[in-house]
Amino acid sequence: MSYESLKNDSDKRWQELTKGNVPWIRVSDAMCCGSSLGSDEIIEVLKTYSKANNLSINIDTVGCHGLCYAGTIIDVLLPGNPRVFWGYITPDNVVKTVDSYITNNKIVKQNLLGSLGEESIKGVSNFTDLPGVKYQSRIALKNSGNIAFNDIYQYIANDGFSGLNKALNSMSSGDVINEVKNSGLRGRGGAAFPTGVKWSFMANSNGKKYILCNCEEGDPGAFNDKGILESDPFTLIEGMIIAGYATNSTNGYVFIRHGHEGPIVRTEQAIKQAYENGLLGENILGSGFSFDIEVSLTGDSYVAGEETALMESIEGKSSRPRSRPPFPAAYGVWGHPSTINNVKSLSYVAEIIRNGSEWFKSTGTESSSGTAIVCLSGDIANPGMYEVEMGLSIGDVIEKLGGGIPGGRKLKMLQTGGPLGGVLGSDSLKVKIDFDEMAKAGAILGSGGIIVVDDRTCAVDLTKSLVAFCQYESCGKCFPCRLGMTHLLEIVEKISRGEGKIEDLALMNKIGKNMQAGSLCGHGQLGYNPISSALKHFQKDFEECMNGNCPTGSCEKRNIVFPINTRPNAWQAKTGQVYQGKIKTGTGDE
Amino acid sequence: MSEDYKDEYILDIIENQHYTTRTILSSLLTVQDDIGYLPKNSINVVAEFMDVSINDVWGVASFYLNFRFDPPGKFNLEICWGPSCHIGGASELQQTALKKLKLENQGDTDDGKFTLKFNTCLGACPQAPLISIDHKLYGKMNSKKFSKIMDELI
Repeated sequence: MSYESLKNDSDKRWQELTKGNVPWIRVSDAMCCGSSLGSDEIIEVLKTYSKANNLSINIDTVGCHGLCYAGTIIDVLLPGNPRVFWGYITPDNVVKTVDSYITNNKIVKQNLLGSLGEESIKGVSNFTDLPGVKYQSRIALKNSGNIAFNDIYQYIANDGFSGLNKALNSMSSGDVINEVKNSGLRGRGGAAFPTGVKWSFMANSNGKKYILCNCEEGDPGAFNDKGILESDPFTLIEGMIIAGYATNSTNGYVFIRHGHEGPIVRTEQAIKQAYENGLLGENILGSGFSFDIEVSLTGDSYVAGEETALMESIEGKSSRPRSRPPFPAAYGVWGHPSTINNVKSLSYVAEIIRNGSEWFKSTGTESSSGTAIVCLSGDIANPGMYEVEMGLSIGDVIEKLGGGIPGGRKLKMLQTGGPLGGVLGSDSLKVKIDFDEMAKAGAILGSGGIIVVDDRTCAVDLTKSLVAFCQYESCGKCFPCRLGMTHLLEIVEKISRGEGKIEDLALMNKIGKNMQAGSLCGHGQLGYNPISSALKHFQKDFEECMNGNCPTGSCEKRNIVFPINTRPNAWQAKTGQVYQGKIKTGTGDE
Repeated sequence: MSEDYKDEYILDIIENQHYTTRTILSSLLTVQDDIGYLPKNSINVVAEFMDVSINDVWGVASFYLNFRFDPPGKFNLEICWGPSCHIGGASELQQTALKKLKLENQGDTDDGKFTLKFNTCLGACPQAPLISIDHKLYGKMNSKKFSKIMDELI
């Protein structure tokens, strides 16, 4: 099928949906804002409602608007009217909310968020005036919340796959790499390495080559990768195919943690629809380029998100990092050249190709083009997943988008870029969201998670939970990390109990340095980061805790029970049993 | 450990697994998805199917923390203790669960009714603190709400 006929077909369907005479209800449903609040039940209730009243209504599940605080959000498009949005919808109040609007055009004011369209409605504010919408500039998430996650035609009608079409028809693979290089796109996974440069490292060999998309995302505080896959998996798939074309690759894997059903099911559905429409497989859009994508699942392991550990996991082994060199671009999955990109990085690619690198470069800052998808959680009035232009200050994100700290309390700490990222103090509000600026301030933007912590939490308490996470998730391959994290946790726990000594700080520093020098991957290398950054800003908290006077009392009050992990023998620690069967080497022919 | 599942049954599950890329990990995940845990003989079956040693399979099975080697409880209760949930009061939920289930740490209750797991991140941080029951997420939890849910289940 040609792109033009697909586009025509899709446009027709989109016209029917948006300009036809059937109301269209869009229920925003992603793991982070909807599912945990019962949006699947809302859809059932709506379906029952339309059936019982003999109403013809199109009901679609769409992705996240970013306003997780107002979940679940639904909107109704009546023929010839703007979209009307309501928040805080539950299975109990959904019918009450939409019924009077659908049946007699009367808008229920309760939980009303606003309207969106060319015309406005009298007495209803604009949806785009909500701070959480106004200060966002969406590129990777532009379709999120607007199109159904399971309808490729809605995606194509909104310029989907036009970037791919352009790349395949009018650009060489070198052109695509140059375009991405020029755009200044940097990896959104943590290391912030320029994506185009990474692609150019791909070995120039024949045979199988892989594009690996990393959605392991075990970072507490970050949920944007899963958010993209749940809201608009097609954007990622288009980006992956373009990456495949640029690097002359043959196969792609989307790597997701087992158990995250939302992202897994939705990605698989999208891949299936792409195959059905000739956008994946042999001879894509008649260009002669062929590419396959499959989902690959990993078990519970945080380190599986590290690039070489990820490859081990795809091969079905324990996800422990490999030593480098050889680098993945030369020797990756099953020994074939591989490139690993984060979901977010790949989600910008289609828009960059479609609009050109200059357009992308003109957004954001000098050193960090484009946007950052910030995940706000913790002690914040309006937690959410906000896509903001690079260069906005952290203070603006917290105050304008996040609505500040609730309950009149004060900001104390910010935890950014995942547990290994580091802790910032309240003096960091002027720091700009930008890879280099954040690094200068002693933190990383990383995956974009920002956990806001108010003055009820002691720095030792927060550090303890971060260190416990890092200890629990150490893969156990490098002993400085395996033993070091355990030792660090012991010391932080001791300090938290009020039994620490001032010498412990020097000891932790020594352990941290050894971990940095002696570990293969970032987990061990950065494992001391949570402690060192907390000490930099909050040494006073540590000292007070050592004297048995936790400054906020949270060390005593929050008695976390850590699950025990002693990888590589995690199973024994978990069950308290030792396998008594016969274990032999060789292929088990007992 | 029970051996209620015949080798042929397990082989059938593995042969019909969903993805075309078949590895030790994908086979083990498929078995656990179907049966709920990894029966002892499944290790041998996977080893034979993948043509690797039993040690190779055990290595993978004991590495990933989601694998179990005995049947799970009737209810699968997970409490998130990631930093967002921690500052939101996850430790209180942990204590409530441990008290009500008479456990000291994550694990199974004696009556086989509950499997309690402390998860490092359930992935919906804006709704912290979170719990999940049989993989359905419940957000914005507090001790009172949680006690009520627990009482209903117990």
